[in-house]
Amino acid sequence: MTSPLQKKLKIAGPVVVTANRLADGAVIYRTAGEQWTTDLAAAAVVTTSEAAKALLTGAAADLVRIVDPYVAPVELADGGPRPGNLRERIRAAGPTFPLPTQPEANGFAARDLHVCA
Amino acid sequence: MRLVKAGRIVEDRFVRVEDGAPVPDGLPVIVPAARFIADAEELARRDAPTGILWPNNRKVAELAPHLDRLALVALVFPTFKDGRAFSQARLIRERYGFRGELRATGQVLRDQFLFLLRAGFDAFEVTKDADAGAFAQAAQRYSVFYQPTGDGRATALRSRLARVRPAARQTAESVDDLRG
Amino acid sequence: MYVHDEFDRTLIAERVEEFRDQVGRRLSGELTEDEFKPLRLQNGVYLQLHAYMLRISIPYGTLSSAQLRMLAHVARRYDRGYGHFTTRQNLQFNWIKLAELPDAMADLARVGMHGMQTSGNNVRNVTTDQWAGVAPDEIEDPRIWAEVIRQHVTLHPEFSFMPRKFKIAVGAAGHDRAALRIHDLALQLHRNGAGESGFEVMVGGGLGRTPFLAKTIKPFLPKRDALSYVEAVLRVYNQYGRRDNIYKARIKILVHELGAEAFAREVEQEWQAIKDGALALDPATIAEIAARFRYPAYERLADEPIELKKARAADRPFDTWHGNSVARHRMPGYAIVTLSLKPEGGAPGDATAAQMDAIADLADRYSAGEIRVGHEQNLVLPHVRQHDLHDLWRALDAIGVATPNVGLVSDIIACPGLDYCSLANARAIPVAQELTRRFRDLGLARSLGRLHINISGCINACGHHHVGHIGILGVEKNGEEYYQLSIGGRADENAELGALLGPAVPSGEVVDVVEDIVAAYVELRERPGEIFLDTVKRVGIEPFKERVHAAR
Repeated sequence: MTSPLQKKLKIAGPVVVTANRLADGAVIYRTAGEQWTTDLAAAAVVTTSEAAKALLTGAAADLVRIVDPYVAPVELADGGPRPGNLRERIRAAGPTFPLPTQPEANGFAARDLHVCA
Repeated sequence: MRLVKAGRIVEDRFVRVEDGAPVPDGLPVIVPAARFIADAEELARRDAPTGILWPNNRKVAELAPHLDRLALVALVFPTFKDGRAFSQARLIRERYGFRGELRATGQVLRDQFLFLLRAGFDAFEVTKDADAGAFAQAAQRYSVFYQPTGDGRATALRSRLARVRPAARQTAESVDDLRG
Repeated sequence: MYVHDEFDRTLIAERVEEFRDQVGRRLSGELTEDEFKPLRLQNGVYLQLHAYMLRISIPYGTLSSAQLRMLAHVARRYDRGYGHFTTRQNLQFNWIKLAELPDAMADLARVGMHGMQTSGNNVRNVTTDQWAGVAPDEIEDPRIWAEVIRQHVTLHPEFSFMPRKFKIAVGAAGHDRAALRIHDLALQLHRNGAGESGFEVMVGGGLGRTPFLAKTIKPFLPKRDALSYVEAVLRVYNQYGRRDNIYKARIKILVHELGAEAFAREVEQEWQAIKDGALALDPATIAEIAARFRYPAYERLADEPIELKKARAADRPFDTWHGNSVARHRMPGYAIVTLSLKPEGGAPGDATAAQMDAIADLADRYSAGEIRVGHEQNLVLPHVRQHDLHDLWRALDAIGVATPNVGLVSDIIACPGLDYCSLANARAIPVAQELTRRFRDLGLARSLGRLHINISGCINACGHHHVGHIGILGVEKNGEEYYQLSIGGRADENAELGALLGPAVPSGEVVDVVEDIVAAYVELRERPGEIFLDTVKRVGIEPFKERVHAAR
């Protein structure tokens, strides 16, 4: 399986804690105020293993509202944290092509569509 | 841990005997399988009910010769996902005709109660108190059952056949007769 | 078309109420996720990358128009207006909220639909040939047996917590359209020397990390014994299948480790003890189930009616479509029509709610209210009068399900992949979409002939890539998507696993490599009529490797 709750946290860069909301499965991110947000820009970003572990531990205690929390990489850009790999980009923005019932693409950068280029 | 029998929480009168411990006189006991088989002759002479704890990775056929001397068989669900004891239970009841107490131990969820009943269990060691209280409700969850087990519940098929349908049943010799 | 009775409906309704209770206990925190997960899986509810996914069972791929309309309703009311037909004849919705699932399931229950056992370690949808009941080459309708088994394994108290999932397929035609040999258990109806029909029983097929083709353990099983034998197989598996390692827990591993003969002996021993008991199927029992399969009142019609001939002569696009998407029916004057869910640039197997509604209407008008779902992720209208074909085609074309690419290079089978699925390592749908663009020329596609491309986004192989004529497996290397290609696989009665072509290629190159494989085929084939599979069989994989390597 691809997203276990990591026991040994080795942080190679900035990370956030993410999960799915129990009631509707939406992708959510842990905030510094120990809440959850669907907006990655508002997520708490940490850069050390200790901080990541603390953030994850706090998140994992909230088992009524959320499911499967884990640590995910981010890239830091001008506008705040951006998803740090393809899987997290897809979790944040949805499938990498227009859904059958939506004519416009849902905000994906050209580089994610390089398969189709 | 609560023991549920006949839909109610009851006192467990059986005493679990640990490996290496002496078997108490005059009390109903549950003895681990290996111990029971090693001491079968001696245990047969007890004048109190004797039960056995049978692991889920051992063939029921090995247990069969001892069943008529047992008041209780306890089977094991190491996790609720490990369903081997369902097969063991059915064999013990339906193949070997055991009539004593058939007890489910280990981790069982309320959502499995009906399956357990249908497989032949009649006693349940329940880890969650809330589940023990909800046993009766859980056991009545379904009124329709497709497949026959040893529990005697009528299956949908038998109920359908019992309906008056003279034309279809009498004249159809084979499936091919009914094709359009 | 199987007609439910009050027993079937009551069972489903009771299941919905049980699930509503379980969802409530989860949302309140009374159930932990660890406790809830197997319960929701038993109702086909997965948690995926973005949202919950609901997998709805379509027993042996047969749908009524009322059921298809309800799927459209659920898509609109609870999801984002579309659904995805899968390689096991089921339907998936990708965006349903857990809190709304009980209501969605209650709606589905009104037309006898549910998600029971579309996930979890139990017996899954019993699948069959999408042309069952109407194919000229079948000896009987296999769906009757699929239904007998389906009822038996539904909420079976003994087999709901097995080592792993269990997939059963039933076939009844010489040509295997149901991919029997990649199933855990397959039953193939055939006639013995005395003209009696019975089952060849095969076990231990399955793809994934360790692909195996099923082995025959019983060449001829009388119909009377079908259910007891299935029970014996399941009981042996439930007791002896491995539980120590999730990747070694399927029955294919047990059959492999014991050996097929030893496994067959275990089953035989168990079966001997139960074969004459309550599971023996007498003719009355079989007739009871068979009686509720309603077939249309077929009219007496002639083949090749004059309207059809004229339309084919006058309307070139219609004629092209007819040559591709229309198959012979066992009744004269009728036809089996395949609806391609593989338009250029589309995600394979997806249909919008609007399309579903339109197809339901067309089914009512032209196909006795019945639709089928194939494991190739296309739909079928199984009872179409030949003289209606031209009108039907115009209507299908108008809703975008008449691309004449059935069975051709752009009729791609693909799993949802990393765009949806939390198990995936790479995306599958964009690869499929680009391939359909690269091979958009239908004249070229026709000239290439029958060519199945299967794409899986991970080793779980839900796209059945091992048995693709061209198989594509997405893998992850250093955070990038790579794709491994194989050729020569097939899923029919001559089933074979494909052979690896070479090292995985980066995502930017995979479509180019497929083009190179196709070019190699065109160069190597003996004549235009030799299909890709036969060329691979004849020349082997080396010439393909050489040409693909040279081209890169």
